[in-house]
Amino acid sequence: MNEDGDEPTEAEVSQPGTAVRLDQGHIEGSGGIPERFTNPGPAPHVHRLADRDERAARRAEIQVATLFGISMVATVVFLVAYFAIDLHRYAFVPGIGQANLSNVVLGVSLGLSLLCIGLGAVHWAKTLMPDTEVAEDRHPQRSSDESRIEAADTILAGGTASQLARRPLIKYTLGGALGLFALPLVVQLAGSLGPLPKADLSTTFWRKGLRLMRYPEFTPIKASDVTIGSVFHVMPEGIQKTPDPLEQEGKAAVLLMRLDPSDILSAKERDWGHDGIVAYSMICTHVGCPVGLYEQQTHHLLCPCHQSTFDVTRDAKVIFGPANRPLPQLKISVDADNYLVADAPFLEPVGPSFWERG
Amino acid sequence: MSDSATPKGAAGLRADDVTPEAPKKRPMAGLAGWVDDRTGTAKPVSYLLKKVFPDHWSFMLGEIAMFSLVIVLVTGVFLTFWFVPSSHQVLYNGSYVPLKGIEMSEAFKSTVDISFDVRGGLIMRQIHHWSALMFIAAIIVHMFRVFFTGAFRKPREINWVIGTILSLLAINEGFAGYSLPDDLLSGTGLRAAEGFMQSIPVLGSYVAFFVFGGAFPGEAIIPRLYTVHVLLLPAIIIGLFTAHIVLVAVHKHTQYPGPGRTNDNVVGFPFMPVYMAKAGGFLFIVFGITTLISALVTINPIWMYGPYNPSPVTAGSQPDWYMGFADGALRLFPGFTEFHALGFTLSLNVFIPALVVMPLLYTIAGAYPFIEAWVTGDKREHHLLDRPRNAPTRTGLGIMALSFYLILFIAAGNDLIAIKLGLSINDITRSLQVMLIVVPPLAYWVTKRICLSLQRRDRDLVLHGRETGRLVRTAEGKFFEAHEPLPALERWALVQHETPQPLRLKATVDANGVRRRGTRRERLRARISGFYFAEGVHAVTPAELAAASHDGTAHEAITPSREWVGQLHGGADERPETDAYASHEPEVEATDPTTGR
Repeated sequence: MNEDGDEPTEAEVSQPGTAVRLDQGHIEGSGGIPERFTNPGPAPHVHRLADRDERAARRAEIQVATLFGISMVATVVFLVAYFAIDLHRYAFVPGIGQANLSNVVLGVSLGLSLLCIGLGAVHWAKTLMPDTEVAEDRHPQRSSDESRIEAADTILAGGTASQLARRPLIKYTLGGALGLFALPLVVQLAGSLGPLPKADLSTTFWRKGLRLMRYPEFTPIKASDVTIGSVFHVMPEGIQKTPDPLEQEGKAAVLLMRLDPSDILSAKERDWGHDGIVAYSMICTHVGCPVGLYEQQTHHLLCPCHQSTFDVTRDAKVIFGPANRPLPQLKISVDADNYLVADAPFLEPVGPSFWERG
Repeated sequence: MSDSATPKGAAGLRADDVTPEAPKKRPMAGLAGWVDDRTGTAKPVSYLLKKVFPDHWSFMLGEIAMFSLVIVLVTGVFLTFWFVPSSHQVLYNGSYVPLKGIEMSEAFKSTVDISFDVRGGLIMRQIHHWSALMFIAAIIVHMFRVFFTGAFRKPREINWVIGTILSLLAINEGFAGYSLPDDLLSGTGLRAAEGFMQSIPVLGSYVAFFVFGGAFPGEAIIPRLYTVHVLLLPAIIIGLFTAHIVLVAVHKHTQYPGPGRTNDNVVGFPFMPVYMAKAGGFLFIVFGITTLISALVTINPIWMYGPYNPSPVTAGSQPDWYMGFADGALRLFPGFTEFHALGFTLSLNVFIPALVVMPLLYTIAGAYPFIEAWVTGDKREHHLLDRPRNAPTRTGLGIMALSFYLILFIAAGNDLIAIKLGLSINDITRSLQVMLIVVPPLAYWVTKRICLSLQRRDRDLVLHGRETGRLVRTAEGKFFEAHEPLPALERWALVQHETPQPLRLKATVDANGVRRRGTRRERLRARISGFYFAEGVHAVTPAELAAASHDGTAHEAITPSREWVGQLHGGADERPETDAYASHEPEVEATDPTTGR
């Protein structure tokens, strides 16, 4: 930049004949004044204390050596602490509280051992190593024209020598082979990663007649146990004995609540419940987090992941948040012993949306 | 150069520069000689050792990322010796009493064992997690440094793209890593990730089943994530990182403008010995500080969350902070964007924020250098960095992107904000939805105005010098504040930049007198170029400085003179060079405003 001429001397700048009014807008050079300022060149070097004073240099040396020394001591502390401190000893550490003593001592000593090496090296570089800046020239990234021509020629010559252009049979069969060879790899991987979903996303373990069980105790629930305002985390009877309990529980989890029947605004919801006791899928219709927060005064269910809010008085309709669909309701009734049972499986898929769910 | 630009005695200082004694020239022998005999590395090694790197604190941001990567790799290898990547359910019987007798996966159990029963295991685990966070944080800040200083311009566009990919891989590597312990919090994250996959139009349920090897959670995802986390992504990251560093060496590091620094040189210190010590030392500093944090601040106490089970959940479920923006997007994206028709469900309320926003943001970021190059039509290489104020539109766009990111990030904590501040979650979410649309353009506009103002301030400083705080009274009783012109060395940083001009359409009438309107592409380009550069504030030219010195009718004028230390300012009357107030001690100095003395 600014290869044009030298820095104007103040005298040049001050020549009365070249003065230009400021209100003429942006002005570039006229009348012998260069268009732009020129680079004034490197700033003068200012010496450090340690360059001029041998005692200062000696002090710096001692500081660096001290830091390296601290590092060695810290390393020894680590090694001793590793063997000496009981792994399960807890102690009060100021500012933290009760903490695992082994972790704190090992961490602090290792940290100091590393940090002091670093601080020592940087201090050494800043006080004693040369601080005279040097300049290195840059060259354009681009290769010279000759090299570029040569490279292009080499490629062309190689292409010609291989007779690729002259023998189209090879060209096309090679293209075909290279185009296809990766397919087996892709098919093997994609084909074997997992089973097809089939109806798995649309069904749960719930069937007619299965008792609603408290989770995680797996005890049945009497309708009279469910008082107004209470909420139960519920699983279908026998789900824990399936070969894949986590997968089944991930779909079948249900939340059981009892409302004053007059608070329920949806006739379908009242019908599918039992005397104000209603059961809803716990799996959020947004991305599948368990909708775990029940606000018993407002009868709202809140998903802790993305704050979708469902109104239990209105058939778990979404009243706020990113979810779109209401939580599916499980139709329940009581059996002969007055225990709560499912009256039907879920009639729609539970959990997050997917293309073919309908 | 004028005397005033060169502090006195500088030449003298240069004269007694201590030149280190050159060591005796001697041929390579011993092991080094043996290696060189077989590899011929002496020449490239000496070239690399002499390589010059410029100094600036902001160049350390990338170093922090680089060293954090080293730390995370080392500690990660340690962890693999004890971690068991298996979803197989076992009963816990280790030394952490609250979990005794609880069923959990082997992945969770082995992580608890690392934390409580492996000597020094907890510190390694915490260093691993903290340095991973440091890695990603440093990458993000480094990216913004590169963006705001224009370091992505030719010839560094490829490296910008590599960096963008690295940062995208880094956050996904982080996600894979914190999902491995299979604790309640990370499992909830995987549950959400499965929901994201299900939302893919047409293929969703198949993708989810293939990735998880069947129904969620299944036993496949932990071992698969383990392979991704310790082999696949690290291999790609290390490969791209190597390319990133090689390109930095090939291009030579950019530098900030300053005296003696040009587009054709790089001014700084050689690798041997200065950067060997500084950068090498910095590795230990980063490692040391990360270790100290890990010793004193608990991170991801999975034993308090408990093992994963798909039906319980904790309030305040959030991903690690770097996934916050994606989680925030999910929280803000309205639910009415899910559609049901013809027996199919299109769940855009999940698909767009979860699977489109992140790749889209990164694609825009990766494409930016090419967009800007097209707009400016600038084909030159740029090795001198821009001061952010000198590229007002770019800086404005960067702050716009940053504000968009930050609002999404804040949205990921909308529940925590509601609890801590006692506000309604609904109000916060609604406000954030509005802010996401309103704030970024506003942030752009405000930033651009600030940049332009700062440029005008630079102009003012160059044209009128620095206020000395010294009040001067003339014989007629007028008061001035003496101004001091900037020394050339200081002035340079304020006047060296170019101000690009908007591209204009080529002649609207061609050689035959036929009107041409220019192609749509040309017109679009001219319009964007106008958007970028129409409001340019020019750097002061020597002519303008001369004008400022001489034009008595201008609002402010100073009279430069080599004799003067202080300058008069504010007077309509131009003062001759021989003016009495040119002296170091003005005749009258106003010390007491009431008496005029």
